[in-house]
Amino acid sequence: MTGYEWIIPVILTVITAATPLVFAGIGELVTEKSGVLNLGIEGMMLVGAVTAFVTATVTGNYFLAVIAAAGAGAFMAFLFGILTLSLMANQVATGLALTLFGVGISALIGQDFVGQPVQAIPKVDIAGLSDLPVVGQILFGQDPLVYLSFIMAIGVSWFLYKTKAGLILRAVGDSHDSAHSIGYSVVTIRYLAVMFGGAMSGIGGAYLSLIYTPMWAENMTSGRGWIALALIVFATWKPSLVIVGAYMFGGITILQLHAQAAGFDVPSQILSMLPYVATIVVLVIISKDESRIRKHAPACIGKIFHPAS
Amino acid sequence: MNFKTVAVLVGAAAIVGGIAYWGQDLLKGDVASTDENKIGFVYVGPIGDHGWSYRHDVGRLAVEKEFGSKVKTTYVESVKEGPDSERVIRQLAADGHKIIFTTSFGFMNPTLKVAKQFPNVKFEHATGYKRGDNVSTYSSRFYEGRYVIGKIAGKMTKTNIIGYVGSFPIPEVVRGINAVALAARSVNPNIQIKVAWVNTWYDPGKEGDAAKALIDQGADIIMQHTDSPAPLQVAESRGVWAVGQASDMSQFAPKAQLTAIIDDWDGYYVARAKAALDGSWTSTDTWGGFKSGMVKLAPYNAAIPADVVKLAKETQAAIENGSLKPFAGPFNKQDGTQAVAAGSELEDGVLLGMDWYVEGIQGKLPK
Repeated sequence: MTGYEWIIPVILTVITAATPLVFAGIGELVTEKSGVLNLGIEGMMLVGAVTAFVTATVTGNYFLAVIAAAGAGAFMAFLFGILTLSLMANQVATGLALTLFGVGISALIGQDFVGQPVQAIPKVDIAGLSDLPVVGQILFGQDPLVYLSFIMAIGVSWFLYKTKAGLILRAVGDSHDSAHSIGYSVVTIRYLAVMFGGAMSGIGGAYLSLIYTPMWAENMTSGRGWIALALIVFATWKPSLVIVGAYMFGGITILQLHAQAAGFDVPSQILSMLPYVATIVVLVIISKDESRIRKHAPACIGKIFHPAS
Repeated sequence: MNFKTVAVLVGAAAIVGGIAYWGQDLLKGDVASTDENKIGFVYVGPIGDHGWSYRHDVGRLAVEKEFGSKVKTTYVESVKEGPDSERVIRQLAADGHKIIFTTSFGFMNPTLKVAKQFPNVKFEHATGYKRGDNVSTYSSRFYEGRYVIGKIAGKMTKTNIIGYVGSFPIPEVVRGINAVALAARSVNPNIQIKVAWVNTWYDPGKEGDAAKALIDQGADIIMQHTDSPAPLQVAESRGVWAVGQASDMSQFAPKAQLTAIIDDWDGYYVARAKAALDGSWTSTDTWGGFKSGMVKLAPYNAAIPADVVKLAKETQAAIENGSLKPFAGPFNKQDGTQAVAAGSELEDGVLLGMDWYVEGIQGKLPK
């Protein structure tokens, strides 16, 4: 031990804890940027997790499993879209229903798969690079989905702020009436954004059931969908901050476990609630400074769009 | 009506139907009919947790098997401890259940509160310490099992560090940690126990993370007092030993699982249901261990040396016949002061309220 080696396993554990949050957070960010609030992340993640697990067990193909999880998440989001975008149901109530629905249906699909382990997705191993000291394992020895999470976060950031389509999506989220009046199809764009969010939540779920804890257990998300939701507020709707927040939320949990295991006297209950406290603090801060909210929070979030008006 | 409207309506109908269909699945079982003998169960986790709640549900199925069509059983799973559980328990009582089993420590006060309002319904609360005229308590002396695994761990560890994933710092859990510490240090006085509290009964991800943290801090044996098999999976992938919790979890860790502590509620549930049905039910306090069959151990890992298996079996037999008491003195508290003198042992009352560590456990017990 030269003094810093202990940090490597900590970082490796933080990465696995944060990655599902990154996926779900980035997906929901796009959904919210289009002006839709989908509270069903937890349900979509669970359906993604069970779909990925069942697909992986039956076919043995991990690529297919992740694709299927994304598809299942997107389908859940599509149902949400039918209710809120086409039938104009209340988004908050529908999102909560989607979570309950996801918890139930994932348990139903998965009941024959409880108690079966699956081989975790193998980590990428780049000859030479992953053997480098310290950074080797952290930067070049992760599983493919970790890299995908970063690619998605950067891609979404680029899409939202550097492309015309991203500008349109943000316009729809900021003022659906204006976007509508200059000829954009608000509902179609929102369907796409909502389904992208569902697909990302599905992949986040797949990460749980294939890598984080390679098994299917009912309700295995244990509230991570809600943390992802808090994360977006914490990040003030900025993709880069979603990553920072996910790693911070994951990091606090892991560090406090390590501190306990090392025998430090840490009040574990207080540390367990830190992510939520941090979110509330950020909420208070950004609520005081209206310009910040206006800059990044989509103005039309949660509002129903009536094309006729 | 154009195509789009029809499609939307059909889709919506499918969703509503689906929710209605699967939603009823959440509160399983029975269509109310008053002349049936209904038995209710409240679980803190999902029955698919493969641990604590799963084993209680196995007990429920044993009741169904025993009495067949004479009884109807109902269960509600994933019930949060606290106010929400009171609502669930009251609902079951109001629905005409004759006897209701509430199977988590945190259901204690809600159970008592509802029991006062329904004096004719019998209640059975697991792992609590408050009783009433119509409230029994029952628990298992899991610490007897933990004492045996402590002996095994003491022999098997190479790093002399045992990692323990704790749920909540309540007496039930603290007692288990202390039993492991006493047993392990009786065969190897250099052993230290490291504890990581996760403040949940069930969160596979966090439980696994705690196991990783403990292994990173040198533990080569992982024990847990949480409900999912995630810590065992971590142990398997990291190549260290682990002990299963509540049910045999060897399929998650075929190489790593030394053994598992198995809860067996079947006999108790059948006996209590029978008593409630034939009217002989009285409020009791049951605390059974190896002897009564409420605690069992899963088959030992083939990799455990024969002399260690022999030691484990002897320890279990001695606990069963009463010649060995896990909490017999002399031993010290964590701070070095004597907890029990030689020749005496801790009484059940002290065990039930245990809120201090014995020597050999690192870190401070959260209050």
